[in-house]
Amino acid sequence: MAEPMLKAQNALPQGEALVLGDTRIDVLPMPRMTSLMPGPGHAALAKALRKHHGLDLPDPGGRVSSDEGECLWFGLGQYMLIGPAPSPLLAGAATLTEQSDAWTSVLLEGPLARQVLARLTPLDLRDASLPLGATARSEIAHMMGSLTRVGSEAFRLMVFRSMAQTLLHELKDTLEAVAARQAL
Amino acid sequence: MRMTCPLCGARDLREFTFRGAALARPEGDDWNEAWHDYLHLRDNPAGESREYWAHAAGCGAVLLVTRDTRTHEIFAVEQARGAGA
Repeated sequence: MAEPMLKAQNALPQGEALVLGDTRIDVLPMPRMTSLMPGPGHAALAKALRKHHGLDLPDPGGRVSSDEGECLWFGLGQYMLIGPAPSPLLAGAATLTEQSDAWTSVLLEGPLARQVLARLTPLDLRDASLPLGATARSEIAHMMGSLTRVGSEAFRLMVFRSMAQTLLHELKDTLEAVAARQAL
Repeated sequence: MRMTCPLCGARDLREFTFRGAALARPEGDDWNEAWHDYLHLRDNPAGESREYWAHAAGCGAVLLVTRDTRTHEIFAVEQARGAGA
């Protein structure tokens, strides 16, 4: 019997979901994502990642990126390799798990982005505690997610794919409320 | 109340879940008063308390927190891993 082919698909239709007051909610394309879990001690993974992908292992709350892709801190003992297909040689240093379609990524960008997020997450979003390139695991509208500052007014939000519609719904509702308040 | 996670920094209480008092596990496998105490009897301290908290909505680490139950003052937060947990 032929093996059934399973194709990874984005949880949400890719592209712009809402634009209000120059602030944009954008469903990002689904990149290749692999979680790297080194277990106790991460020196071997740091060495392998540098050798095979030219990326350093980020510190907690950090993100390391290059032309090839990025490595994102993703919690205690967890890193996410985003972009490149993982070198099989990493497998000796960490447990690799394919996550491409397991998470959904949404970009929130614009002058109202921070005010929208302030209603959805308990994180301190000011420059001093979340500078450009910083990442955090936190609550986003009561869902456990990952939030990365990718621009001065741009935030990339990631939640499990099962919560994708809820995230989009919450973001749209909140942006509408914040924009309406601005228009008063 | 805010707690400073050793990995994530100062975070709001809603990211954390209480995981019970941090107690010393009794020696031996045989049932005795010490095991009964460990499993069923809890103090209700007005003052310093050592507790486990899970940073469930954050980095996922289990933390060993020393705090004052009267004032909510936090004395210490460390990772439970490696702290004799």
